[in-house]
Amino acid sequence: MAANQTLQRRQSQLTRGRLPSYAIWVVVAASLILGAAISSLVGFSVVGWAIITAIVFVLAATIVTAVAEGERKAKDKLVTFLVYGAFLIALIPLVSVLWTVLERGVPGLSYNFLFTSMNGVTGAVDNQAVEGGTPVLGGAYHAVLGTLQITLWATLISVPIGLLTAVYLVEYGAGKNLTKAITFFVDVMTGIPSIVAGLFAAALFTLLFGPGTRTGFVAAVALSVLMIPVVVRSTEEMLKIVPNELREAAYALGVRKWRTITKVVIPTAISGIASGVTLSIARVIGETAPILVTAGFASSINWNVFSGWMSTLPTFIYYQILTPTSPTSPDPSTQRAWAAALLLILMVMLLNLVARFVAQIFAPKTSR
Amino acid sequence: MSLNSLKASTDRGRAGDKIFSGISLAAGVLILAVLFSVAVFLMVQAAPILSADPAEVTGGEGFAAYILPIVIGTIVAAAIALIIATPVGIAVALFISHYAPRRLARAFGYVIDLLAAIPSVIYGAWGYIILAPQLAKGYAWLAENLGWIPLFAGPASQTGKTMFTAGVVLAVMVIPIITSLSREIFLQTPNLHEEAALAMGATRWEMVRMAVLPFARPGIISATMLGLGRALGETMAVALVLSPGALGASLIKTGNQTIAAEIALNFPEAFGLRLNELIAAGLVLFVITLIVNMIARFIITRHKEFSGAN
Repeated sequence: MAANQTLQRRQSQLTRGRLPSYAIWVVVAASLILGAAISSLVGFSVVGWAIITAIVFVLAATIVTAVAEGERKAKDKLVTFLVYGAFLIALIPLVSVLWTVLERGVPGLSYNFLFTSMNGVTGAVDNQAVEGGTPVLGGAYHAVLGTLQITLWATLISVPIGLLTAVYLVEYGAGKNLTKAITFFVDVMTGIPSIVAGLFAAALFTLLFGPGTRTGFVAAVALSVLMIPVVVRSTEEMLKIVPNELREAAYALGVRKWRTITKVVIPTAISGIASGVTLSIARVIGETAPILVTAGFASSINWNVFSGWMSTLPTFIYYQILTPTSPTSPDPSTQRAWAAALLLILMVMLLNLVARFVAQIFAPKTSR
Repeated sequence: MSLNSLKASTDRGRAGDKIFSGISLAAGVLILAVLFSVAVFLMVQAAPILSADPAEVTGGEGFAAYILPIVIGTIVAAAIALIIATPVGIAVALFISHYAPRRLARAFGYVIDLLAAIPSVIYGAWGYIILAPQLAKGYAWLAENLGWIPLFAGPASQTGKTMFTAGVVLAVMVIPIITSLSREIFLQTPNLHEEAALAMGATRWEMVRMAVLPFARPGIISATMLGLGRALGETMAVALVLSPGALGASLIKTGNQTIAAEIALNFPEAFGLRLNELIAAGLVLFVITLIVNMIARFIITRHKEFSGAN
């Protein structure tokens, strides 16, 4: 009786009726054991163990909380577990994709892969590599060049148009109906399926230059359709956060509006604009579908974007997987595909990092 | 400085002003023109299919009979993706905005953005080589035990290259879109509403349910619609993961096809009428995604005007 009273006195009013903090670890341990037991009944595997443990833990912890702390607290706990679980589930594909690409891509990423094309690499060559155990010949040099050229041309088309449109939207067109229309349709354009952009470019050049016109430039036009809205949106956001005081100070000194924009507004926002452009490049560099319908597929180096078919890294991956060079032994093709995938992911990640770096390091110093 | 030179420079400046505002206006109009011409060029190139002899269209029964199964396939794939991605995407957004430790939340946001940065062809390759064989085991079990439901009718695909696998890969690609948009909206919830709920003794979930979710509902709907737009138009994941075939109810058998994958798989070798046919299919896809996106954008803009959050 006396001991009971001491216990009650030690519990604060605020923490009364709550489970002690170690309770959750007890439930974790119990569900780990129970999970191991159940999964060994069905046939033990680490994945099965993890899944069953997770389910048992969520159920057990919810029930324990419901009994000790009441229904409302139990609901809160359940949602917390589900929200954490959703995040972990979303991480699974990311980790799996990155791990797969690293594991399978690294063996194929050699000097030979980077600096030779697929010119002259036939099924027989691949068969020989498999039978003789010699290194896999052929590489993605032509695809890397194609990617760089097509992306460069797409950037050259999109950046001026996107930048000037954003300038119009922010500096000249505030409040006008045309501005509203452009903003709305730019947003709608971000949702155009990439393959439709490819078909548009293909249809346009078919009308202009006859059917079957497939060159790197057509692909660049298709990519621009995807790239322009991204450039407009990010540039617009950046121009909007340039403080109005800067513009007013320039006007007060008698500076013309266009000089104010080119010499004051854009330089202030340049870090954000550059970062937005980099991100948009990262977005289009991995596009496959529009290239497929506009630039065709090549196995040799093509330096001319205005004539001849061209290959890019994504289409290279696609064709190496779907139609291996040697149908009887697809392993060399798969190896090349993963090496190209690794190269492509590295390019995209590098662009993303550069974008963040540019945005942070060269950000304008504002008083806020 | 004489008066004349001042006047001269003023004139030059005025010309510069006019030219600059002119070209920026031109750039804006050009964008509208591009979107308009996307529609026009696709229509011009698609037109021959409507007047073509039905027997010459693939399938031999006219364009409607050709396009309908792949439209349904597209919608089914997108529906599977959304059923998986919407709850997960919203939960992940909640995790980043309200549940994760403050210091780590930003980093977690970057991690989810990484999911969006991975090119679609790599997801396709991953689905083709890693995911499909894993899921194939599950399909065999489903066909054996739940085969009486038409959706899981056997025989299950041995390779796992089915509609359901394509839907899962699409879901992975849609999650970051739904997450990043919902997260933005969740973070805009007025702090006072949240604090008021907590002060009344609400648990964290009750606070989310009463303050955050009602505020964010339009945002969640439009995020889901934008995710739907992406899932409808996604090409490479489906082209690589699905082994196409005739329309069927079973999600775990080989079969079905989506518009985007149909175009990607057949366009490179197509010529003549087949080319027009595929462009017409692209036009149908364009119209569907345009409608979905316009509804989404409309909800967002309408919400922005009266929310006061911006």
